[in-house]
Amino acid sequence: MLQTKRMINVATDVQSEGGLAFHPLDQFIVKPLFGDGPVGMFTVTNATLWMAIAILTIIAVFVLGSKGRAIVPTRVQSVAELMYSFVYKMVEDVTGKDGVKYFPYIMTLFVFILFANYLALLPMSFSTTSHIGVTAILGFGVFFAITALGFILHGASFLGLFWMKDAPLFLRPIIAVIEVISYFVRPVSHSIRLAGNILAGHAVLKVFATFAAVTLVSPLSVLGVVAIYGLEVIVAGIQAYVFTILTCVYLKDALHPAH
Amino acid sequence: MATETVEHAASACVGPSGSAIGMPQLCADWIPNQIFWLLVTLAVIFFVLSRVALPRIASVLAERSGTITNDIAAAEDLKLKAQAAEAAYEKALADARTEAAKIVAEAKAEIQTELDAELAKADKVISEKTAESEVAIAEIRDGAVKSVTDVAKDTAGEIVAAFGGKADAKTVTAAVTARMKG
Repeated sequence: MLQTKRMINVATDVQSEGGLAFHPLDQFIVKPLFGDGPVGMFTVTNATLWMAIAILTIIAVFVLGSKGRAIVPTRVQSVAELMYSFVYKMVEDVTGKDGVKYFPYIMTLFVFILFANYLALLPMSFSTTSHIGVTAILGFGVFFAITALGFILHGASFLGLFWMKDAPLFLRPIIAVIEVISYFVRPVSHSIRLAGNILAGHAVLKVFATFAAVTLVSPLSVLGVVAIYGLEVIVAGIQAYVFTILTCVYLKDALHPAH
Repeated sequence: MATETVEHAASACVGPSGSAIGMPQLCADWIPNQIFWLLVTLAVIFFVLSRVALPRIASVLAERSGTITNDIAAAEDLKLKAQAAEAAYEKALADARTEAAKIVAEAKAEIQTELDAELAKADKVISEKTAESEVAIAEIRDGAVKSVTDVAKDTAGEIVAAFGGKADAKTVTAAVTARMKG
C-alpha cells in the first residue's frame, strides 16, 4: 500500500517537475512490514523480511540440500559442499590448523553476506548489507571478538603484534603507532567496504533505470543496467569473499601475533 | 498531502513525498532495528549451520573421501589379483606347451622305436625269404644242369646210336661231363 502511494508520489513528482525524478536511495528506506508506524527496535521491517528470506535460503541450500547425505551429491548438495570446502580451505590456509575451530563462525559470516548480497540483486528486494548499521555490527563484531580472543590466548604478549622485532630499534615506536592506527581502522574499512560496494552498485543501477524512462537514451540505459547488473553479480560474490578472507587474516593475527 | 506528512512524520529520514532525506544508511532511527534483526539472523544461521548443516556436510565429505579411498584400495587389490591371475595363466600356458612338447617327443620316440622294430622284423623276413629263394633257385639251377646233362647224355647216346655206333653209357657220360666242363 505504501509502495503504491510512493509510486504515485514519484509519478506526480515527474509531472510537477516536468523532468526526471532521481530517488536512487529510496530503495534503502527501512519500512515497517505491517502498518505505517514508527520503526522501533523490534518492529518487523523489510530488513527483517529479507534477512528472514536469507535464513530460509540458507536452510534450503545447506539443510534441505544436504538431506540426502548422498555420496554422489545432488546439484544443491554439491553447491553447499562447494561453499563448505571453499570457506574451510580458506580458514585452514590463512589461519592454520588451529583456526579451524572458528570455522563455523566464519562460515556464518560468509553465508549471511553472500546470500544477503545475492538476494539484494533481486528486483524490488531490500539490500540488508548496504546498510552501515548492519555491516558495522559485522565488522566491529569481528574486531572485538578477535581482539578479545588475542588477549585471552596470548595475554599482554598479544601487544607484540604492534612491536616489530625485526625493524631497527629507533623505528619500532613509529611503526607501533602506525600499526595501532591501522589496527583500529580495520573494522571501519571492513564494514564500509561492504556497505559502500553494495550501496554504490544498487544506486547506480537505480540511476540507469531512471534514465530508461527517456525514450532517446533508453536503449543505452537498459544496456547500462544489464552491464552494471553483471558487475554487481561479481561484486556480490567478491565482497562476501573479501569480508571473509579479511576476517581470516585478522583471526590469524590473533592466533599468531608474532610476525 | 497532509495525511502523508502525518504518515511519514514518524521518521525523520523520509520526506513528505516518500523519498529519503539524505542517506537512509545514516538514519539513526532505523539502526537499532537492523542491529536487533541482524543479531537474530546471525544467531539463527549460526545455530542451523553449527548444529545441522556443517556436521552433516563434514560427515558426507569424510564418508565420500573414505569411500573413494576404499574404492581405490579395492581397485588396487583387484588389479594385483588380475596380475596374479595373468601370471598364473601365462605359467599354465607355458607348462602346457612344455608338456605338449614332451608328449610329442615321447610319441615320436615311441613311434620311432616301433618303426625300427617293424623295419628290423621286415628286413629279417625279407632276408629269410631271399635266402630261401636263393636256395630254391640254386636247387632249380642244379636240377636244370642235371636235366641238361641227362638230356645231353641221352641225346649224345642217341646220336652215337644213330651213327651206328655203339656207345656204352660210361663213355658217353664221361664225354658229356668233359664237354660240359669245357
